[in-house]
Amino acid sequence: MTSTQRIDRSMVRRTVLTLAALAAAISMTACSHAMMMIHGTGAKRPAAGEFGLGPRTSAEGRYVATLEPATPLRPRQMQTVRVSVRDADGRAIDEARISVDGGMPQHGHGLPTRPRVTRNVGDGIYEIEGVRFNMGGWWEFRLAIAGSRGADTVTFNLAL
Amino acid sequence: MTNRTFSAASLALVATMATVAASGRDGWTPEQLDELRSMSLASLEPLPRDPTNRVADDPRAADLGRRLFFDTRLSANGGVACSTCHQPDRAFQDGIALARGVGTTARRTMPIAAMARSPFLFWDGRKDSLWAQALGPLESPVEHGGTRALYAHVVADAYARDYEEIFGALPDLSRVPRSAGPVPDQDAVSAWRALSGGQRDDVTRVFVNIGKAIAAYERGMELGPSRFDTYVAALTSGQPPHGILTDAEVAGLRLFIGKANCTQCHNGPLFTSNEFHNTGVAPRPGLPVDHGRLAGATAVLSDEFNCRSEWSDSRARCPELEFIVTGEHTLDRAYKVPSLRNVGERAPYMDAGQLATLAEVLDHYNRAPAAVTGHSELRPLRLKPVELQQLEAFLRTLSGPISVMEPAPARSTQ
Repeated sequence: MTSTQRIDRSMVRRTVLTLAALAAAISMTACSHAMMMIHGTGAKRPAAGEFGLGPRTSAEGRYVATLEPATPLRPRQMQTVRVSVRDADGRAIDEARISVDGGMPQHGHGLPTRPRVTRNVGDGIYEIEGVRFNMGGWWEFRLAIAGSRGADTVTFNLAL
Repeated sequence: MTNRTFSAASLALVATMATVAASGRDGWTPEQLDELRSMSLASLEPLPRDPTNRVADDPRAADLGRRLFFDTRLSANGGVACSTCHQPDRAFQDGIALARGVGTTARRTMPIAAMARSPFLFWDGRKDSLWAQALGPLESPVEHGGTRALYAHVVADAYARDYEEIFGALPDLSRVPRSAGPVPDQDAVSAWRALSGGQRDDVTRVFVNIGKAIAAYERGMELGPSRFDTYVAALTSGQPPHGILTDAEVAGLRLFIGKANCTQCHNGPLFTSNEFHNTGVAPRPGLPVDHGRLAGATAVLSDEFNCRSEWSDSRARCPELEFIVTGEHTLDRAYKVPSLRNVGERAPYMDAGQLATLAEVLDHYNRAPAAVTGHSELRPLRLKPVELQQLEAFLRTLSGPISVMEPAPARSTQ
């Protein structure tokens, strides 16, 4: 009984210590984020649900786009990414003109290359070549789409 | 009660194990551990092929390239080789602000190890392959100072058998003068123009193959593990990383991937994004106006020896040229992000050796002065002196050996 109580007490001590360490770690992380905000541009990283390859609806709802990288996106590699463009009802959009832009909002710089659509694959699918992200972190990848439903922009948030 | 004792004891055991595991991680979060692993040499991808150079991975070419690299006959005055500035015992650089060949250049000598992994070469990225890069200094009037005709003659005089084994028959150079080529020297240009198109192509082909052999040698220069890599390997294997880095060095590493924002450019296993940035480093007084990448991006597109040129061994597309950024104001006085591997071994720093010590470099990033030309991308870090010292201590953990190809065993005479 006595020994059990001793163990219990040491466990309590351990738990308290662990919790204290955890709290310290959390406050340190918060602190370093605050510093990043001072040195960065102040852009706020979107919620986790806003990230990903899509399907993603354009700003004015005209198109739904989905990214299909040929290989998983990795920093510092020149990559090819296909994009599937459909209207709100899921019909493939062919013959669209698409321009590519992007950058890191928190660092205030754009893409290190000038990627562009090099092939209209058909069935609303377009091939974008020359895509490179030169560091890990939050990237915006923007497509300006001019197609049969009008002009609109879709912005992907990518976590490299 | 026995059960209770047992469960309490096992909980205590679990708690102890958790503590040990946490100490094995040296206080890094799983996300930070991923980032550290991404910066370790263990994450370095295999050396990419260079389809523009068909002898890039030919050991015979690498052996010829090694001998050419150290050969001072490849210069106007017989006194300058690649190794004059790229000194093997100094991590293949020279330790001075402005490189000196037959004259003095306007740029700091760059290291070579792992450069085969860089899409663009030189501080302004005006070359797009190792072999095209190697040809630049040979025709620079202040580096090797000679002409491509001279170099073709040196190969024919001293390396004919090895050259022909790799590249095929040497051309007839009997009517080619030793000084002829598209260089700033007027006499050499006149002699060059006096040659027929076929003769010029013959000479240029030998010249290009010199570059390709040197590139094959340079591709073999790879980086060995530093104390930082040993530290990450210990963390990855779950071993307590004690005694590998000091507390100050670990604190510097935390700053490096944290609020000092270094990984914005110095990321990946080579600590470089291979991109170009204006960091507001003032030009060295007395040097000609230098626009850095703004000029380099244009130059590489029209370079005689680029990936699209007739001298490339590949007819495939050249994505680095096809999707290059040119003409943007952000490129003005932007320079290549150098690898930080061995950075502690190669003062002075920056494109013209403007900053003498690592402490001066860190002070520059901390203050982030405005650029004299173009726009600096830096913002003041406002780090404390002790933090700058910790960063410097960390940077010095990135030193490691460079492996180079050993000379091939002497061939038996037949």
